Amino acid sequence: MTTTYGVLSEGLEKRFGEVNALRGLDLAVARGTVCGLLGPNGAGKTTAVRLLTTLVRPDAGSARVAGHDLVREAAAVRARIGVTGQYASVDGDLTGRENLRLFARLHRVRGPAGRAGELLERFGLTEAADRRAATYSGGMRRRLDLAASLIRRPQVLFLDEPTTGLDPASRTRIWQAVRELKADGTTVLLTTQYLEEADQLADDIALVDRGRVAHTGSPAELKALIGSHAQAVVADSDALPRAAAVLDQLTGGKPVFDRERNTVGAVTTDPTLTLPRLVRELDAAGVPLLDASLRPPTLDDVFLRLTGEPAESTENTEGTESAEGTESTENKELAV
Amino acid sequence: MSALAYDGLAMTGRQLRRVRNSPGLAILTQMMPINMLLFFGYVFGSALAMPGREYRAFLVPGLLVATAAGGLMTGMFQAAADTHRGVMDRFRTMPVSRAAVPLGQAVADLVVTAVGTVPLLLVGLAVGWRIERSAVDAAGAVGLLLLFRFACTCAGIFLGLLTRSEDAAGQLGASSFVLPLLSNAYIPTGNLPGWLRTLAEWNPISAVTTALRDLFGNASVPPHSAWPVAHPVAGALAWSLALVAVFLPLAVRRYNRGG
Repeated sequence: MTTTYGVLSEGLEKRFGEVNALRGLDLAVARGTVCGLLGPNGAGKTTAVRLLTTLVRPDAGSARVAGHDLVREAAAVRARIGVTGQYASVDGDLTGRENLRLFARLHRVRGPAGRAGELLERFGLTEAADRRAATYSGGMRRRLDLAASLIRRPQVLFLDEPTTGLDPASRTRIWQAVRELKADGTTVLLTTQYLEEADQLADDIALVDRGRVAHTGSPAELKALIGSHAQAVVADSDALPRAAAVLDQLTGGKPVFDRERNTVGAVTTDPTLTLPRLVRELDAAGVPLLDASLRPPTLDDVFLRLTGEPAESTENTEGTESAEGTESTENKELAV
Repeated sequence: MSALAYDGLAMTGRQLRRVRNSPGLAILTQMMPINMLLFFGYVFGSALAMPGREYRAFLVPGLLVATAAGGLMTGMFQAAADTHRGVMDRFRTMPVSRAAVPLGQAVADLVVTAVGTVPLLLVGLAVGWRIERSAVDAAGAVGLLLLFRFACTCAGIFLGLLTRSEDAAGQLGASSFVLPLLSNAYIPTGNLPGWLRTLAEWNPISAVTTALRDLFGNASVPPHSAWPVAHPVAGALAWSLALVAVFLPLAVRRYNRGG
């Protein structure tokens, strides 16, 4: 079958009681690419994955996964996807080997024991194969999860926050596995809270905010859009307007004040702006500078910039030069 | 082999492996009726009009059925616990027959029960219970017992999927302890006041217990009883099949709705 998209959704909606978890999700993931679904907790990433993996039926909208309609051909979709995530995991009361054998059997794989052994080997779990999965470390368990979703090579693989809470070594290992899968032509939909993870793995990023895709683009495009965050800490608040003027001129971004901390910050997309230059210009303007920084974008910045408001609140005046803009970008909780 | 049978068998295997990997709870559950046999048989038995040995022979079928009724609690607890296991959602995202998970749980439970009943029967033999009728009758008794267990487990699985809470399952399970008390499992119902007697005799446990006593030859069918007890084999079959017919489809439907 030839389809251009591994995942294609139009206007997916889902309500849970009062909560509008998805409000028209449009998503297109080209076959054989890795798409990173990025967003804060509560943005609708997990709901999107639960819908696209047939766990929850949409209230409205439609989607095709691996070329099949999500609702009308749910069985065909299930036969072609793999899911690893916070919820679709393994049975802790079974050993690693028993888990994989069971899934292999349910997938009608010939020689389930052989396939289980192969995957255990590939994910470095051979030694722990006959221990109950409940006794595994976080990293081992996540690897077993991933192995379980690869039993029958899936056309579309869903990875829901695959490395949350993992140590760097385990994270690298999962990333390596994802790269190999992509090289084999698997379409991957990855949700993550880490910009770096998306940066490492994704061809495209879909930024989810309040149940919708707010922005899509490659990591490079997003970074170019977001830019770096320049910040100055001054000795007294009277100097804030002067510091802001310098930042405004250097970055072209709209400076944001934090009067409690005597801080002003702004976003820049100018690749030629360096920290020494920032410090020099501030000093030349007579700003009593205590501290200055120029750091690469974080998920906070992505949100501030691309959704136009801080993720936590809907009635914020961030981004204005008025004295109202006292909201700091640092103490923002990324929760909706 | 049909997809359901194949998946159901795989799921049965899963549940049996889980019991094998952590057998503690299953063993404890099976110890319970043995303790009750010794306690009721010797402590209560000494206060009853019936001779001790005769009472213990009367009690063994009652305990077998009361234990089978415990399928309600076990089924509920396991199903409720399963709803919180990540692996359930993995099954739902896989091409697995929709009835395989609940059915696998009920069938595995049946295997565990069949094995777990043996020690109770052995202790029963040691304290005076006997099979007084033919092997065919006795086999029929065991068949009825397992069918009733299956029916109770199906009902339990549905309730477990409904409540989705192990706490609720624990509470309801504890109160299901009274069900055999409101039946002829531990005492003859002949001397109960009229309305209570009617209630006790329409309790499914009473019909199944009477059928077992009849087929094992431990006690005759009590005269002037309500229909399920007066016709115990038909009554036991009717109750069990009715419970399966109602709760198995409900459990499967509930499982498929998911979360």
